[in-house]
Amino acid sequence: MPIKIRKAWEISEAEVTPENLFKQRRKFLKTSAAALAGGLAGGMFSNHAFAAWPQAGEMLTGITKSGFNPGEDLTPYEDVTSYNNFYEFGTGKDEPIDNAKNFRPDPWTVEVAGACAKPGAYAFEDLLRPHTLEERIYRHRCVETWSMIVPWTGVALADVIKRLEPTSKARYVAFETLHDPARMPGQRRQVLRWPYVEGLRMDEAMNPLALLSVGLYGRTLPPQNGAPLRLVVPWKYGFKGIKSIVKITFTEHEPPTSWNQAAAREYGFYANVNPAVDHPRWSQARERRIGEFRKRDTLPFNGYGEQVAGLYSGMDLSKFF
Amino acid sequence: MSYRITWWLVFLVMSAPLVWLIGLAFTGGLGANPIEFITRYLGDWALRSLLVALAATPLKIALGWRWPVRVRRMLGLWAYAYVTLHIANYVGIDQFFDWGAIGTDIVKRNYITVGMANFVIVTLLAATSWNGAIKRMGAKAWKRLHKFVYLAGVLGCFHYFMMVKADTLPPTIHIGILGALLSVRVWHRIRG
Repeated sequence: MPIKIRKAWEISEAEVTPENLFKQRRKFLKTSAAALAGGLAGGMFSNHAFAAWPQAGEMLTGITKSGFNPGEDLTPYEDVTSYNNFYEFGTGKDEPIDNAKNFRPDPWTVEVAGACAKPGAYAFEDLLRPHTLEERIYRHRCVETWSMIVPWTGVALADVIKRLEPTSKARYVAFETLHDPARMPGQRRQVLRWPYVEGLRMDEAMNPLALLSVGLYGRTLPPQNGAPLRLVVPWKYGFKGIKSIVKITFTEHEPPTSWNQAAAREYGFYANVNPAVDHPRWSQARERRIGEFRKRDTLPFNGYGEQVAGLYSGMDLSKFF
Repeated sequence: MSYRITWWLVFLVMSAPLVWLIGLAFTGGLGANPIEFITRYLGDWALRSLLVALAATPLKIALGWRWPVRVRRMLGLWAYAYVTLHIANYVGIDQFFDWGAIGTDIVKRNYITVGMANFVIVTLLAATSWNGAIKRMGAKAWKRLHKFVYLAGVLGCFHYFMMVKADTLPPTIHIGILGALLSVRVWHRIRG
Protein backbone atom coordinates (compact mmCIF):
# COMPACT_ATOMS: atom_id res chain seq x y z
CA MET A 1 0.00 0.00 0.00
CA PRO A 2 1.36 3.38 -0.94
CA ILE A 3 -0.31 4.86 2.12
CA LYS A 4 2.45 3.68 4.40
CA ILE A 5 5.15 5.33 2.33
CA ARG A 6 3.29 8.62 2.32
CA LYS A 7 2.81 8.53 6.05
CA ALA A 8 6.51 8.09 6.75
CA TRP A 9 7.40 10.77 4.26
CA GLU A 10 5.01 13.28 5.72
CA ILE A 11 6.17 12.82 9.26
CA SER A 12 9.83 13.15 8.50
CA GLU A 13 9.34 16.27 6.45
CA ALA A 14 7.14 17.92 9.03
CA GLU A 15 9.74 17.23 11.67
CA VAL A 16 12.70 18.76 9.89
CA THR A 17 11.17 21.65 8.00
CA PRO A 18 11.05 25.11 9.58
CA GLU A 19 7.55 26.41 10.12
CA ASN A 20 7.53 29.12 7.46
CA LEU A 21 8.73 26.69 4.80
CA PHE A 22 6.29 24.13 6.08
CA LYS A 23 3.44 26.53 5.49
CA GLN A 24 4.60 27.28 1.95
CA ARG A 25 4.72 23.57 1.33
CA ARG A 26 1.10 23.32 2.29
CA LYS A 27 0.22 26.09 -0.09
CA PHE A 28 2.20 24.32 -2.83
CA LEU A 29 0.46 21.03 -2.15
CA LYS A 30 -2.90 22.70 -2.12
CA THR A 31 -2.39 24.46 -5.43
CA SER A 32 -0.96 21.35 -7.06
CA ALA A 33 -3.87 19.32 -5.75
CA ALA A 34 -6.26 21.81 -7.26
CA ALA A 35 -4.36 21.74 -10.55
CA LEU A 36 -4.64 17.99 -10.91
CA ALA A 37 -7.57 16.69 -12.90
CA GLY A 38 -10.57 15.35 -10.97
CA GLY A 39 -10.33 11.55 -11.28
CA LEU A 40 -6.57 11.39 -10.89
CA ALA A 41 -6.58 13.80 -7.97
CA GLY A 42 -9.43 11.94 -6.30
CA GLY A 43 -7.51 8.66 -6.44
CA MET A 44 -4.17 10.05 -5.44
CA PHE A 45 -5.34 12.16 -2.57
CA SER A 46 -8.10 10.02 -1.19
CA ASN A 47 -6.09 9.01 1.84
CA HIS A 48 -4.18 12.21 1.90
CA ALA A 49 -6.52 14.47 3.78
CA PHE A 50 -3.92 15.54 6.32
CA ALA A 51 -1.05 16.36 4.01
CA ALA A 52 -2.55 19.67 3.02
CA TRP A 53 -5.18 20.44 5.60
CA PRO A 54 -7.74 22.61 3.82
CA GLN A 55 -8.74 26.02 5.08
CA ALA A 56 -11.92 26.34 7.12
CA GLY A 57 -14.95 25.46 5.03
CA GLU A 58 -12.97 23.69 2.26
CA MET A 59 -13.68 20.16 1.08
CA LEU A 60 -12.17 17.20 2.90
CA THR A 61 -11.04 14.11 1.05
CA GLY A 62 -10.95 10.44 1.94
CA ILE A 63 -14.14 10.35 3.98
CA THR A 64 -15.85 6.99 4.41
CA LYS A 65 -19.60 6.80 4.90
CA SER A 66 -20.80 5.22 8.12
CA GLY A 67 -23.96 3.53 9.24
CA PHE A 68 -24.80 6.38 11.59
CA ASN A 69 -27.79 7.96 9.92
CA PRO A 70 -31.16 8.66 11.52
CA GLY A 71 -32.67 8.88 8.02
CA GLU A 72 -34.12 12.35 8.57
CA ASP A 73 -33.80 15.43 6.36
CA LEU A 74 -30.49 17.23 6.81
CA THR A 75 -30.56 20.76 8.18
CA PRO A 76 -29.26 23.03 5.39
CA TYR A 77 -25.56 23.96 5.50
CA GLU A 78 -26.42 27.68 5.75
CA ASP A 79 -28.51 27.08 8.88
CA VAL A 80 -25.92 24.83 10.54
CA THR A 81 -23.25 27.46 9.95
CA SER A 82 -25.19 30.66 10.67
CA TYR A 83 -27.14 29.73 13.82
CA ASN A 84 -24.54 28.98 16.45
CA ASN A 85 -24.11 29.09 20.18
CA PHE A 86 -20.39 29.77 20.49
CA TYR A 87 -20.02 32.44 23.18
CA GLU A 88 -16.31 32.82 22.41
CA PHE A 89 -17.52 34.67 19.30
CA GLY A 90 -20.51 36.48 20.83
CA THR A 91 -23.67 35.53 22.69
CA GLY A 92 -26.10 36.12 19.82
CA LYS A 93 -26.60 33.12 17.58
CA ASP A 94 -25.99 35.21 14.48
CA GLU A 95 -22.75 36.66 15.89
CA PRO A 96 -20.26 33.76 15.58
CA ILE A 97 -20.49 33.63 11.77
CA ASP A 98 -19.37 37.29 11.61
CA ASN A 99 -16.98 37.43 14.54
CA ALA A 100 -15.20 34.20 13.57
CA LYS A 101 -14.72 34.87 9.91
CA ASN A 102 -11.07 35.83 10.31
CA PHE A 103 -10.26 33.04 12.77
CA ARG A 104 -7.51 30.80 11.37
CA PRO A 105 -7.10 27.49 13.24
CA ASP A 106 -3.78 26.81 11.59
CA PRO A 107 -1.33 25.83 12.97
CA TRP A 108 -3.19 24.12 15.82
CA THR A 109 -1.74 22.16 18.72
CA VAL A 110 -3.61 19.89 21.07
CA GLU A 111 -2.04 19.26 24.44
CA VAL A 112 -2.62 15.80 25.88
CA ALA A 113 -2.11 15.54 29.63
CA GLY A 114 -2.97 13.61 32.74
CA ALA A 115 -3.25 9.89 33.35
CA CYS A 116 -2.03 8.46 30.04
CA ALA A 117 1.10 6.93 28.56
CA LYS A 118 1.36 9.32 25.63
CA PRO A 119 1.07 12.87 26.94
CA GLY A 120 2.51 15.79 25.01
CA ALA A 121 1.79 18.50 22.50
CA TYR A 122 0.33 17.09 19.31
CA ALA A 123 0.03 18.97 16.06
CA PHE A 124 -3.61 18.72 15.08
CA GLU A 125 -2.72 16.77 11.93
CA ASP A 126 -0.58 14.29 13.89
CA LEU A 127 -3.36 13.64 16.36
CA LEU A 128 -5.72 12.63 13.56
CA ARG A 129 -3.43 11.21 10.87
CA PRO A 130 -3.65 7.50 11.82
CA HIS A 131 -7.45 7.54 11.68
CA THR A 132 -9.86 7.34 8.79
CA LEU A 133 -12.32 10.16 8.49
CA GLU A 134 -15.92 9.05 8.72
CA GLU A 135 -19.17 10.81 7.94
CA ARG A 136 -21.86 10.41 10.57
CA ILE A 137 -25.27 11.96 10.42
CA TYR A 138 -26.42 12.79 13.93
CA ARG A 139 -29.34 14.50 15.60
CA HIS A 140 -28.20 17.63 17.42
CA ARG A 141 -30.39 18.82 20.30
CA CYS A 142 -29.66 22.14 21.98
CA VAL A 143 -30.61 22.69 25.61
CA GLU A 144 -32.58 25.71 24.31
CA THR A 145 -35.07 23.29 22.67
CA TRP A 146 -34.07 23.59 19.03
CA SER A 147 -32.55 20.76 17.03
CA MET A 148 -30.80 19.99 13.77
CA ILE A 149 -29.66 17.02 11.68
CA VAL A 150 -25.97 17.44 10.93
CA PRO A 151 -23.65 15.38 8.72
CA TRP A 152 -20.45 15.52 10.75
CA THR A 153 -17.04 14.35 9.60
CA GLY A 154 -14.66 13.01 12.19
CA VAL A 155 -13.06 10.10 13.96
CA ALA A 156 -14.32 7.99 16.82
CA LEU A 157 -13.17 9.59 20.07
CA ALA A 158 -12.53 6.08 21.42
CA ASP A 159 -9.93 5.39 18.70
CA VAL A 160 -7.99 8.54 19.53
CA ILE A 161 -8.19 7.84 23.26
CA LYS A 162 -6.91 4.27 22.82
CA ARG A 163 -3.87 5.59 21.00
CA LEU A 164 -3.10 7.93 23.89
CA GLU A 165 -3.11 4.92 26.24
CA PRO A 166 -4.94 6.17 29.31
CA THR A 167 -3.89 4.50 32.55
CA SER A 168 -6.18 2.82 35.08
CA LYS A 169 -6.40 6.15 36.93
CA ALA A 170 -8.11 7.77 33.97
CA ARG A 171 -11.79 7.75 34.91
CA TYR A 172 -12.76 10.94 33.10
CA VAL A 173 -11.66 12.89 30.04
CA ALA A 174 -11.59 16.67 30.29
CA PHE A 175 -11.54 19.01 27.29
CA GLU A 176 -10.59 22.66 27.02
CA THR A 177 -11.30 25.30 24.37
CA LEU A 178 -8.72 27.79 23.15
CA HIS A 179 -8.46 30.84 25.41
CA ASP A 180 -7.29 33.72 23.25
CA PRO A 181 -9.35 36.92 23.62
CA ALA A 182 -7.41 38.52 20.77
CA ARG A 183 -8.77 35.91 18.35
CA MET A 184 -11.99 35.10 20.21
CA PRO A 185 -13.56 38.50 20.92
CA GLY A 186 -16.38 37.03 23.00
CA GLN A 187 -13.79 36.13 25.65
CA ARG A 188 -13.10 39.82 26.35
CA ARG A 189 -16.21 39.76 28.51
CA GLN A 190 -16.59 37.30 31.38
CA VAL A 191 -19.94 35.87 30.22
CA LEU A 192 -18.69 32.40 31.16
CA ARG A 193 -15.53 31.48 33.00
CA TRP A 194 -12.89 31.13 30.25
CA PRO A 195 -11.58 28.86 28.93
CA TYR A 196 -14.67 26.79 28.21
CA VAL A 197 -14.25 23.34 29.72
CA GLU A 198 -16.18 20.12 29.28
CA GLY A 199 -15.79 16.50 30.25
CA LEU A 200 -17.04 12.96 29.86
CA ARG A 201 -16.87 9.89 32.02
CA MET A 202 -14.44 7.44 30.45
CA ASP A 203 -17.13 4.94 29.46
CA GLU A 204 -19.09 7.74 27.80
CA ALA A 205 -16.01 8.86 25.93
CA MET A 206 -15.33 5.29 24.79
CA ASN A 207 -18.90 4.83 23.55
CA PRO A 208 -18.83 4.37 19.76
CA LEU A 209 -21.20 7.33 19.30
CA ALA A 210 -18.74 9.88 20.72
CA LEU A 211 -17.10 11.67 17.82
CA LEU A 212 -14.16 14.02 17.49
CA SER A 213 -15.35 16.10 14.60
CA VAL A 214 -13.20 17.99 12.10
CA GLY A 215 -15.88 18.83 9.56
CA LEU A 216 -19.47 18.98 8.45
CA TYR A 217 -21.07 18.51 5.06
CA GLY A 218 -17.75 17.05 3.86
CA ARG A 219 -15.92 20.32 4.51
CA THR A 220 -13.61 21.32 7.33
CA LEU A 221 -15.42 22.87 10.26
CA PRO A 222 -16.10 26.56 9.78
CA PRO A 223 -14.73 28.55 12.74
CA GLN A 224 -18.23 29.29 14.06
CA ASN A 225 -18.84 25.55 14.37
CA GLY A 226 -15.68 24.90 16.38
CA ALA A 227 -12.76 24.67 13.95
CA PRO A 228 -10.58 22.77 13.72
CA LEU A 229 -11.61 20.15 16.24
CA ARG A 230 -14.73 19.69 18.35
CA LEU A 231 -16.56 17.07 20.31
CA VAL A 232 -19.92 15.66 19.19
CA VAL A 233 -21.91 13.59 21.71
CA PRO A 234 -25.34 13.32 20.09
CA TRP A 235 -27.19 11.89 23.09
CA LYS A 236 -26.31 14.96 25.15
CA TYR A 237 -27.33 18.60 24.89
CA GLY A 238 -25.29 20.60 22.43
CA PHE A 239 -23.27 22.51 25.05
CA LYS A 240 -21.41 19.27 25.87
CA GLY A 241 -19.97 19.41 22.35
CA ILE A 242 -16.97 21.57 23.23
CA LYS A 243 -15.47 23.47 20.29
CA SER A 244 -11.97 24.46 19.15
CA ILE A 245 -10.30 21.98 21.51
CA VAL A 246 -6.71 22.68 22.58
CA LYS A 247 -6.38 20.33 25.52
CA ILE A 248 -7.41 16.81 26.45
CA THR A 249 -6.73 15.68 30.01
CA PHE A 250 -7.31 12.27 31.56
CA THR A 251 -8.41 12.72 35.15
CA GLU A 252 -9.32 10.62 38.14
CA HIS A 253 -12.08 12.92 39.35
CA GLU A 254 -15.06 14.47 37.62
CA PRO A 255 -13.74 17.59 35.86
CA PRO A 256 -15.54 20.96 36.08
CA THR A 257 -17.77 21.90 33.15
CA SER A 258 -18.50 25.46 32.07
CA TRP A 259 -22.29 25.67 32.11
CA ASN A 260 -22.40 23.76 35.37
CA GLN A 261 -20.06 26.37 36.83
CA ALA A 262 -22.30 29.14 35.49
CA ALA A 263 -25.58 27.67 36.82
CA ALA A 264 -25.34 24.35 38.63
CA ARG A 265 -29.11 24.22 39.18
CA GLU A 266 -29.75 24.33 35.45
CA TYR A 267 -26.89 22.42 33.83
CA GLY A 268 -25.46 19.20 35.17
CA PHE A 269 -22.32 17.27 34.31
CA TYR A 270 -24.19 14.61 32.33
CA ALA A 271 -26.59 16.83 30.34
CA ASN A 272 -28.21 13.85 28.65
CA VAL A 273 -31.14 14.77 26.44
CA ASN A 274 -34.14 13.92 28.58
CA PRO A 275 -37.72 15.01 27.87
CA ALA A 276 -38.74 13.95 31.39
CA VAL A 277 -36.35 16.31 33.20
CA ASP A 278 -37.11 19.98 32.59
CA HIS A 279 -34.65 22.81 32.60
CA PRO A 280 -35.82 24.86 35.63
CA ARG A 281 -36.90 27.66 33.32
CA TRP A 282 -38.38 25.72 30.41
CA SER A 283 -39.74 22.35 29.42
CA GLN A 284 -37.49 19.87 27.62
CA ALA A 285 -40.41 17.70 26.48
CA ARG A 286 -40.48 19.13 22.98
CA GLU A 287 -38.16 20.74 20.50
CA ARG A 288 -38.31 22.74 17.32
CA ARG A 289 -36.38 21.18 14.47
CA ILE A 290 -34.78 24.00 12.51
CA GLY A 291 -36.86 24.47 9.36
CA GLU A 292 -40.05 23.06 10.88
CA PHE A 293 -43.04 25.00 12.16
CA ARG A 294 -44.59 22.75 14.79
CA LYS A 295 -42.60 21.45 17.72
CA ARG A 296 -41.89 17.73 17.88
CA ASP A 297 -41.48 15.46 20.88
CA THR A 298 -37.95 15.15 22.24
CA LEU A 299 -36.67 11.58 22.45
CA PRO A 300 -34.90 10.18 25.53
CA PHE A 301 -31.14 10.31 24.92
CA ASN A 302 -32.05 12.16 21.71
CA GLY A 303 -33.09 8.84 20.18
CA TYR A 304 -29.80 7.08 21.02
CA GLY A 305 -31.07 5.20 24.06
CA GLU A 306 -30.29 1.81 22.54
CA GLN A 307 -26.60 2.73 22.35
CA VAL A 308 -26.15 4.71 25.57
CA ALA A 309 -28.94 4.06 28.09
CA GLY A 310 -26.88 1.24 29.62
CA LEU A 311 -24.21 3.75 30.66
CA TYR A 312 -26.63 5.20 33.18
CA SER A 313 -28.43 2.14 34.52
CA GLY A 314 -29.15 2.51 38.20
CA MET A 315 -28.60 6.28 38.13
CA ASP A 316 -31.37 8.68 39.07
CA LEU A 317 -31.43 10.84 35.93
CA SER A 318 -33.45 13.58 37.60
CA LYS A 319 -30.59 13.94 40.09
CA PHE A 320 -27.71 13.36 37.65
CA PHE A 321 -29.17 15.62 34.95
CA MET B 1 -43.03 72.09 14.23
CA SER B 2 -46.74 71.67 14.46
CA TYR B 3 -48.17 69.07 16.77
CA ARG B 4 -49.68 67.16 13.85
CA ILE B 5 -46.31 66.78 12.09
CA THR B 6 -44.58 65.80 15.33
CA TRP B 7 -47.25 63.20 16.02
CA TRP B 8 -46.89 61.62 12.59
CA LEU B 9 -43.10 61.66 12.71
CA VAL B 10 -43.10 59.91 16.09
CA PHE B 11 -45.73 57.47 14.82
CA LEU B 12 -43.55 56.59 11.84
CA VAL B 13 -40.46 56.16 14.01
CA MET B 14 -42.33 53.86 16.40
CA SER B 15 -43.68 51.78 13.53
CA ALA B 16 -40.23 51.37 11.97
CA PRO B 17 -39.29 48.19 13.95
CA LEU B 18 -42.52 46.52 12.82
CA VAL B 19 -42.02 47.57 9.21
CA TRP B 20 -38.44 46.31 9.41
CA LEU B 21 -39.59 42.95 10.80
CA ILE B 22 -42.11 42.54 8.00
CA GLY B 23 -39.38 43.42 5.52
CA LEU B 24 -37.08 40.77 7.03
CA ALA B 25 -39.88 38.21 6.88
CA PHE B 26 -40.41 38.81 3.18
CA THR B 27 -36.72 38.77 2.29
CA GLY B 28 -35.73 35.65 4.23
CA GLY B 29 -33.90 37.69 6.84
CA LEU B 30 -35.21 35.99 9.96
CA GLY B 31 -32.41 33.41 10.15
CA ALA B 32 -32.47 29.69 10.84
CA ASN B 33 -35.02 29.90 13.65
CA PRO B 34 -37.55 32.56 12.57
CA ILE B 35 -40.00 31.92 15.40
CA GLU B 36 -37.37 32.47 18.08
CA PHE B 37 -36.14 35.54 16.20
CA ILE B 38 -39.64 37.06 16.07
CA THR B 39 -40.30 36.33 19.76
CA ARG B 40 -37.10 38.04 20.84
CA TYR B 41 -37.39 40.90 18.38
CA LEU B 42 -40.93 41.80 19.45
CA GLY B 43 -40.04 41.40 23.13
CA ASP B 44 -37.03 43.69 22.70
CA TRP B 45 -39.13 46.37 21.00
CA ALA B 46 -41.98 46.05 23.48
CA LEU B 47 -39.59 46.82 26.33
CA ARG B 48 -37.77 49.56 24.42
CA SER B 49 -41.06 51.24 23.47
CA LEU B 50 -42.18 51.13 27.07
CA LEU B 51 -38.93 52.75 28.18
CA VAL B 52 -39.40 55.42 25.48
CA ALA B 53 -42.93 56.13 26.78
CA LEU B 54 -41.55 56.31 30.34
CA ALA B 55 -38.94 58.83 29.16
CA ALA B 56 -41.52 61.50 28.29
CA THR B 57 -41.86 63.04 31.73
CA PRO B 58 -38.13 62.82 32.63
CA LEU B 59 -37.35 64.60 29.34
CA LYS B 60 -39.69 67.40 30.32
CA ILE B 61 -38.16 67.63 33.79
CA ALA B 62 -34.54 67.41 32.71
CA LEU B 63 -34.54 69.20 29.36
CA GLY B 64 -37.80 71.12 29.34
CA TRP B 65 -39.07 69.26 26.25
CA ARG B 66 -42.85 69.29 26.04
CA TRP B 67 -43.57 67.36 22.84
CA PRO B 68 -42.77 63.87 24.25
CA VAL B 69 -45.49 64.28 26.89
CA ARG B 70 -47.96 65.30 24.19
CA VAL B 71 -47.36 62.09 22.21
CA ARG B 72 -47.00 59.90 25.31
CA ARG B 73 -50.30 58.07 24.87
CA MET B 74 -49.32 57.06 21.35
CA LEU B 75 -45.92 55.87 22.63
CA GLY B 76 -47.62 53.77 25.29
CA LEU B 77 -50.00 52.26 22.77
CA TRP B 78 -47.11 51.33 20.50
CA ALA B 79 -45.49 49.60 23.46
CA TYR B 80 -48.77 47.77 23.98
CA ALA B 81 -48.91 46.84 20.29
CA TYR B 82 -45.44 45.27 20.47
CA VAL B 83 -46.28 43.45 23.72
CA THR B 84 -49.48 42.09 22.17
CA LEU B 85 -47.67 40.91 19.03
CA HIS B 86 -44.95 39.37 21.24
CA ILE B 87 -47.54 37.37 23.17
CA ALA B 88 -49.65 36.54 20.11
CA ASN B 89 -46.50 35.13 18.52
CA TYR B 90 -45.75 33.06 21.65
CA VAL B 91 -49.32 31.73 21.92
CA GLY B 92 -50.25 31.29 18.28
CA ILE B 93 -46.98 30.49 16.53
CA ASP B 94 -44.40 29.30 19.06
CA GLN B 95 -46.78 27.17 21.16
CA PHE B 96 -49.37 26.85 18.36
CA PHE B 97 -52.29 27.27 20.81
CA ASP B 98 -51.11 24.38 22.97
CA TRP B 99 -53.03 25.70 25.98
CA GLY B 100 -51.75 22.93 28.24
CA ALA B 101 -48.14 23.86 27.54
CA ILE B 102 -48.93 27.56 27.87
CA GLY B 103 -50.66 26.99 31.20
CA THR B 104 -47.73 24.96 32.48
CA ASP B 105 -45.34 27.71 31.36
CA ILE B 106 -47.33 30.38 33.19
CA VAL B 107 -47.45 28.34 36.39
CA LYS B 108 -43.96 26.81 36.38
CA ARG B 109 -41.69 29.24 34.54
CA ASN B 110 -41.14 32.34 36.62
CA TYR B 111 -40.18 34.62 33.78
CA ILE B 112 -43.38 33.70 31.92
CA THR B 113 -45.43 34.18 35.11
CA VAL B 114 -43.97 37.67 35.44
CA GLY B 115 -44.47 38.38 31.73
CA MET B 116 -48.12 37.32 31.76
CA ALA B 117 -48.85 39.28 34.96
CA ASN B 118 -47.36 42.28 33.23
CA PHE B 119 -49.57 41.70 30.21
CA VAL B 120 -52.62 41.97 32.47
CA ILE B 121 -51.34 45.29 33.84
CA VAL B 122 -50.57 46.84 30.47
CA THR B 123 -53.90 45.62 29.07
CA LEU B 124 -55.71 47.53 31.83
CA LEU B 125 -53.65 50.61 31.03
CA ALA B 126 -54.26 50.36 27.28
CA ALA B 127 -57.98 49.72 27.80
CA THR B 128 -58.29 52.93 29.83
CA SER B 129 -56.11 55.07 27.61
CA TRP B 130 -58.93 56.92 25.84
CA ASN B 131 -60.19 60.32 27.00
CA GLY B 132 -63.62 59.00 28.00
CA ALA B 133 -62.02 56.60 30.46
CA ILE B 134 -60.54 59.48 32.43
CA LYS B 135 -63.98 61.08 32.69
CA ARG B 136 -65.69 57.86 33.68
CA MET B 137 -63.12 56.81 36.22
CA GLY B 138 -62.44 60.27 37.56
CA ALA B 139 -59.02 61.86 37.12
CA LYS B 140 -57.76 60.74 40.51
CA ALA B 141 -58.56 57.05 40.14
CA TRP B 142 -57.31 57.11 36.55
CA LYS B 143 -53.98 58.59 37.63
CA ARG B 144 -53.63 56.06 40.40
CA LEU B 145 -54.22 53.21 37.95
CA HIS B 146 -51.78 54.58 35.43
CA LYS B 147 -49.02 54.79 38.02
CA PHE B 148 -48.82 51.05 37.42
CA VAL B 149 -46.87 51.81 34.27
CA TYR B 150 -43.79 52.03 36.49
CA LEU B 151 -44.44 48.53 37.76
CA ALA B 152 -44.90 47.42 34.14
CA GLY B 153 -41.46 48.80 33.32
CA VAL B 154 -39.87 47.03 36.29
CA LEU B 155 -41.60 43.72 35.53
CA GLY B 156 -40.69 44.00 31.85
CA CYS B 157 -37.01 44.39 32.72
CA PHE B 158 -37.12 41.48 35.14
CA HIS B 159 -38.93 39.28 32.64
CA TYR B 160 -36.00 39.90 30.31
CA PHE B 161 -33.37 39.46 33.04
CA MET B 162 -34.87 36.17 34.22
CA MET B 163 -34.87 34.53 30.79
CA VAL B 164 -31.26 35.04 29.69
CA LYS B 165 -28.91 32.09 30.04
CA ALA B 166 -25.64 33.72 31.02
CA ASP B 167 -25.23 37.09 29.36
CA THR B 168 -26.96 39.46 31.77
CA LEU B 169 -25.45 42.61 30.26
CA PRO B 170 -28.29 43.51 27.83
CA PRO B 171 -31.08 43.24 30.46
CA THR B 172 -28.85 45.05 32.96
CA ILE B 173 -28.53 47.95 30.51
CA HIS B 174 -32.34 48.13 30.27
CA ILE B 175 -32.63 48.08 34.07
CA GLY B 176 -30.04 50.87 34.22
CA ILE B 177 -32.03 53.03 31.79
CA LEU B 178 -35.26 52.41 33.70
CA GLY B 179 -33.49 53.26 36.96
CA ALA B 180 -32.17 56.51 35.50
CA LEU B 181 -35.63 57.50 34.22
CA LEU B 182 -37.26 56.79 37.57
CA SER B 183 -34.46 58.62 39.41
CA VAL B 184 -35.20 61.81 37.48
CA ARG B 185 -38.83 61.65 38.69
CA VAL B 186 -37.84 60.91 42.28
CA TRP B 187 -35.27 63.69 42.27
CA HIS B 188 -37.86 66.09 40.83
CA ARG B 189 -40.43 65.14 43.46
CA ILE B 190 -38.00 65.57 46.34
CA ARG B 191 -36.78 68.92 45.09
CA GLY B 192 -40.08 70.25 43.81
